[in-house]
Amino acid sequence: MLARRVIPCLDVKDGHVVKGVQFRNHEIVGDIIDLAARYRDEGADELVFYDITASSDGRGVDRGWVSRVAAILDIPFCVAGGIRSIEDARAVLARGADKISINSPALENPALIDDMAREFGSQCVTVGIDSREETGDYLVYQYTGDVAKTVAAKRRMLDWAAEAARRGAGEIVLNCMNQDGMRQGYDIAQLRALRDAVNVPIIASGGAGAVAHFADVFERAGVDGALAASVFHKRIMTIGDVKQAMRERGIAVRV
Amino acid sequence: MSVAVVDSGVANIASVTAALARLGVDADVTADAARIGAASHVILPGVGSAAAAMAQLRAKGLVDTLRGLTQPVLGICLGMQLLFAHSRESGGVDALGVIDGTVEKLRGGPGMPVPHMGWNRIMPRGPHALLRGVDDGAFVYFVHSFAAPAGRDTLAVCDYGEAFTAVAGRDHFFGCQFHPERSGETGAQILKNFLDM
Repeated sequence: MLARRVIPCLDVKDGHVVKGVQFRNHEIVGDIIDLAARYRDEGADELVFYDITASSDGRGVDRGWVSRVAAILDIPFCVAGGIRSIEDARAVLARGADKISINSPALENPALIDDMAREFGSQCVTVGIDSREETGDYLVYQYTGDVAKTVAAKRRMLDWAAEAARRGAGEIVLNCMNQDGMRQGYDIAQLRALRDAVNVPIIASGGAGAVAHFADVFERAGVDGALAASVFHKRIMTIGDVKQAMRERGIAVRV
Repeated sequence: MSVAVVDSGVANIASVTAALARLGVDADVTADAARIGAASHVILPGVGSAAAAMAQLRAKGLVDTLRGLTQPVLGICLGMQLLFAHSRESGGVDALGVIDGTVEKLRGGPGMPVPHMGWNRIMPRGPHALLRGVDDGAFVYFVHSFAAPAGRDTLAVCDYGEAFTAVAGRDHFFGCQFHPERSGETGAQILKNFLDM
């Protein structure tokens, strides 16, 4: 039985970990290496690093910190942001990342997913999707790292997720924008809809505010992992608190 | 102690050398037969396909070198699969054959997608120096689509719809199907046990 994964997400901007509310007004919350070490020690199952400015600015990730993170982490980690080509991905993986995640570049060029899966294997390729509920449907947004550049991708989330999985995505991170930073719980309905539509691992993102929200999303949406940022950065709860609550509800966790 | 990490050309070398560095070991990443032969411990990492990895080892002239090693050898993930006699990946490929058995595709099933990816439990079959200090049911990190069925050389199994070999050992050849370099304290303990051999 695979353990359900609790995954802190570190949004990186200009070398610092930041967190905004609904993708705006980013505030600095700490140093990349300090936070990575803290989450490792608290029992995180995996870490995700997003360079949230990279894709919308058209520049790549600062890859120096990837090597420094690889040196201190004894758990898997994924790097996202500004990875636009096989060469970008290869450079990040060579520095010790276990996975890369692509979002806006995959919307611009969906064949990038096929190319990366063929080159590195699906297990290395995560596709991130930013989605918002609108007029009774779930719609994909692009360039969400910068509110001024955020645009509708003119795709339905369920269609895009199915296409990404078909093209070779090994995992999908669904960031539910309505919930992001609100701490009111994950978007169970949207994640459940995705769970019923694709057979690849799904990571829930956006909305964690209480320990019970994690157990809720694993039980009710059937996701494989749950990602959160501000509740961990601001020490509202520890990863140990989350896992304790999951264990009490009979969910498989790594201790 | 001198640790050689075999540079097979298709491997996750950075995360392995980082894990060794955390244990205070500065590993030599090399495809040079003489340097591999002279090391006190040899690690064979690997990601990718068995056929591509064997082709790389042949191209670098390392097949006989690796088969003939007499010091402790640890294969990781695909590197472990290469220690077996044969893999059914990509239509079938003969591997190094220092451990008995054939590597098969995981069957998977409902709710069990392949690749098997994530943290799962290992169950040691009995005490072994490589597994000293590792609890029954300890979680380790797996990413793979093929595995060896449990057999004579199995030291620990993992259950993913079927019991497969998570840790293998025969004489001085050992293998982990999971990634000890990404398996937290349990993985570090196994690497330390290997280096203590």
